[in-house]
Amino acid sequence: MDVLERIKEQVEGNAVVIYMKGTPQFPMCGFSSRAAEALASTGVEFGFINVIQDPEIFENLPRYADWPTFPQIYVDGELVGGCDITVEMAQNGELQKMMEEAVAKAKPAE
Amino acid sequence: MSIKESIEKKLSDAFTLSHSEVINESHMHNVPPGSESHFKLIIVSDDFDNLSLVKRHQKVYKILAEELANGVHALALNTLTIAEWQKKNNQVPESPPCMGGSKK
Repeated sequence: MDVLERIKEQVEGNAVVIYMKGTPQFPMCGFSSRAAEALASTGVEFGFINVIQDPEIFENLPRYADWPTFPQIYVDGELVGGCDITVEMAQNGELQKMMEEAVAKAKPAE
Repeated sequence: MSIKESIEKKLSDAFTLSHSEVINESHMHNVPPGSESHFKLIIVSDDFDNLSLVKRHQKVYKILAEELANGVHALALNTLTIAEWQKKNNQVPESPPCMGGSKK
């Protein structure tokens, strides 16, 4: 599968997903670490992709949404931003609300 | 021209700036002394009015695409309108410490 297709499936198939260096447990970059902490602080579940273990994604993600650096956080298929934006939105409460809405939307209708 | 100067020039060409700071934070990271790899930018401009944060940052990344393709590894971005900057009492958050990720 084409790498951009693969990224599309990941961001659309996960209510919340972070592309980061390392993992939330073992982050390998201060910016990734801080962004993953912000996501975790909401208590809402999220997925992650370690870009260091996936060189193809590492190379190509920057052109997917016009964002040249890592981490990148996607909620409900849309780029929310990197570390600075995610931390700011966690602090003002917007992040939790946005994540909860995305998770609710992703659940199949009952 | 240093990378810092070139960033400053491009920002002032692209935005009507009310305030801006370009801070080299490379010393906080796993790079040789004197590097210009990690910067914190504070950009205060009413050009950001009515733009979402993600659009503001994308705009800055676009303006600095050349620097990002040539040695600049990370930008901590603070993009504010004049009113937002005043509301924050002219303060921005500290950047995170390095954890070695740029070495891969």
